[in-house]
Amino acid sequence: MREIFYSHAIREAIAEEMERDPSVFMLGEDIAEYGGAFKVTQGLSDRFGKERIRNTPISENSFVGVATGAALLGFRPIVDIMFQDFITLAMDQITNHATKIHYMYGGQMKVPLVIRTPAGGGRCYGPTHSQSLEAWFMHIPGLKVAAPATAYDAKGMLKSAIRDDNPVVFVESKLLYGQKGPVPEEEYLVPLGEARVIREGEDVTLIAYSRMTVESEKAARVLEQEGISCEVLDLRTLAPLDMGKVSDSVVKTGRAVIVEEGCLTNGVGAEVSARITESCFDYLNAPIRRVAALDVPVPCADSLERAALPDAGKIVTTVRRLLEQYS
Amino acid sequence: MHNEQLIGDYRRMLLIRLFEEKLDELFSTGVIKGTSHLYAGQEAVAVGVCAALRSSDYMTSTHRGHGHFLAKGGDPKRIMAELFGKATGYSKGRGGSQHMACIDIGFLGSNGITGGGIPIATGAALAVQMKQSVLKQQAEDSVVVCFFGEGGAHIGMFHESLNMAGIWKLPVIYLCENNLYAMSVPLSEASSVQDIAVRGASYNMPGVIVDGCDYFKVREVVGEAARRARAGEGPTLIEAKTYRYYGHSKSDKREYRTREEEAEWRQRDPLLLLRDRLRNTEGVEDSLLESIRMQVEAEVEEAVQFATEIPEPDPMSVMDEVFVTP
Ligand SMILES: Cc1ncc(C[n+]2csc(CCOP(=O)(O)OP(=O)(O)O)c2C)c(N)n1
Repeated sequence: MREIFYSHAIREAIAEEMERDPSVFMLGEDIAEYGGAFKVTQGLSDRFGKERIRNTPISENSFVGVATGAALLGFRPIVDIMFQDFITLAMDQITNHATKIHYMYGGQMKVPLVIRTPAGGGRCYGPTHSQSLEAWFMHIPGLKVAAPATAYDAKGMLKSAIRDDNPVVFVESKLLYGQKGPVPEEEYLVPLGEARVIREGEDVTLIAYSRMTVESEKAARVLEQEGISCEVLDLRTLAPLDMGKVSDSVVKTGRAVIVEEGCLTNGVGAEVSARITESCFDYLNAPIRRVAALDVPVPCADSLERAALPDAGKIVTTVRRLLEQYS
Repeated sequence: MHNEQLIGDYRRMLLIRLFEEKLDELFSTGVIKGTSHLYAGQEAVAVGVCAALRSSDYMTSTHRGHGHFLAKGGDPKRIMAELFGKATGYSKGRGGSQHMACIDIGFLGSNGITGGGIPIATGAALAVQMKQSVLKQQAEDSVVVCFFGEGGAHIGMFHESLNMAGIWKLPVIYLCENNLYAMSVPLSEASSVQDIAVRGASYNMPGVIVDGCDYFKVREVVGEAARRARAGEGPTLIEAKTYRYYGHSKSDKREYRTREEEAEWRQRDPLLLLRDRLRNTEGVEDSLLESIRMQVEAEVEEAVQFATEIPEPDPMSVMDEVFVTP
């Protein structure tokens, strides 16, 4: 199978859906000729025109609102938020409008809206360009949150998100944009809301999403050398959470380590951990551990950024200690 | 033959007035829970706007939305049912006073976030424009009217949205109802300019001031704005100078304004102005005006009756429709 970049897989998903459905269009800063801050939309304005690949002024809250208004009249907008940090500007339109309209007005209207946004650090961009804020969005009823780790999933899940009738925050990873992965030529979809076991193991389940899936796999390979067998589960979608897959795996291994790039406190791991305790308590042989970013703004200097963010090494250390204590 | 549109619009203005007066009574006696923001005093704006538009045009509204909804053709029974928290209310009891919509008549929603509807209206106008240009629906020439108060004109979304509408020449009419106070704060304390309309210049659109007590003047300026919008000439900002008779919401004692100021505004009551016009230049007899009042009173009573009798939402339905399910 051909291998393509994660960023190109996203571009293909957008192009295919725009080809298939004239009501799909894009709004965002610098997405037309410039191709977006990470070149994900490069070439799309040549192909589809600047009306459908529409540059906006720097007005995050309002262009999310504009997309919502267009969705009410039958369009399926995709909004590009240049860095996930800037989605904070749009919290009102996401929280109070896009995600409430269907329920709040008695089910009369729907908001098929995708908000694409690259998250994460590792590029020395500093505190306002490196955050992973996806946990915030799990707290909003009516919102789906997707965070693919591979080119294959990025394409298949984005196509599903565009066809979904609900608002979806689609979390991309800056560091994964340049990673290649197998993507078939023929069309396919990856449904939202389904986690996937990407490595089978016996002793402990590493539960991750987006780039931390890659770090977890690296950690699993190191730990294998030491005789520790890790199962790696990619959540893929954070809302709704696929707790069935999580439980199946934790029941089998008896131990869980949740890995995320966002800050520890009130993060994705906090919720997953609570749910594991509720559903699998009798099967646990060890306390649940979390590997996450330190509760600190993501610093700029390479050495500090490495100190703040989780990586394969930190996962290895955590798993090793856990197994030493609770073997 | 009388002018049917004028009589119909007078009737609708009276419906809004009596509906809101009834609500004031129902809230103060505790029959209805929650809060509400009454529209009495501003009727000539909503009804004047709708008189200049087609029923197929779209509207977004505010926290003070009952009048807008009734003017657009909302059913008083179902609005009252929503206020009573009943299952057959427009929002199935989930929205209440500040969150009602009816997509079938183009009412895209009242809104509890000050200024929150401004980008949504702008997006609806973008959709109208793209239906013509991208989806090739040549017949589509709807206009979107976007209501907000002068308080809502200070939020970032106002500036961001008018800017986008100005760039893209969207078919939208921004209708600012300047009733002098945002809750308690007078415009002079909250705004660097004393006329919101002047802000149109920043976004390359006309800014028009109109007497919001005068149904005819409102209808005229909105008619011109709608013509512009349908002709592809872009958005208009209209500022209607108006006054709300009641407090901001039910708990407001109105200590920030004088009873003299209130009495002055009531001298130019929009309903009285239109009624005098009907009498003096349209030759409408008092007996007809009297029978209209009786009909409208009965309509409001009927709405209360309906809302009282119908069932509450089933608690088992509380999680329904959080997501759209295929
Ligand atoms: C974002 C936001 N801030 C504050 C409020 C509280 N609030 C509700 S209405 C209002 C005043 C709005 O004034 P204006 O827009 O002029 O409308 P009016 O009430 O005069 O009709 C305020 C402060 C709110 N609902 N939303």
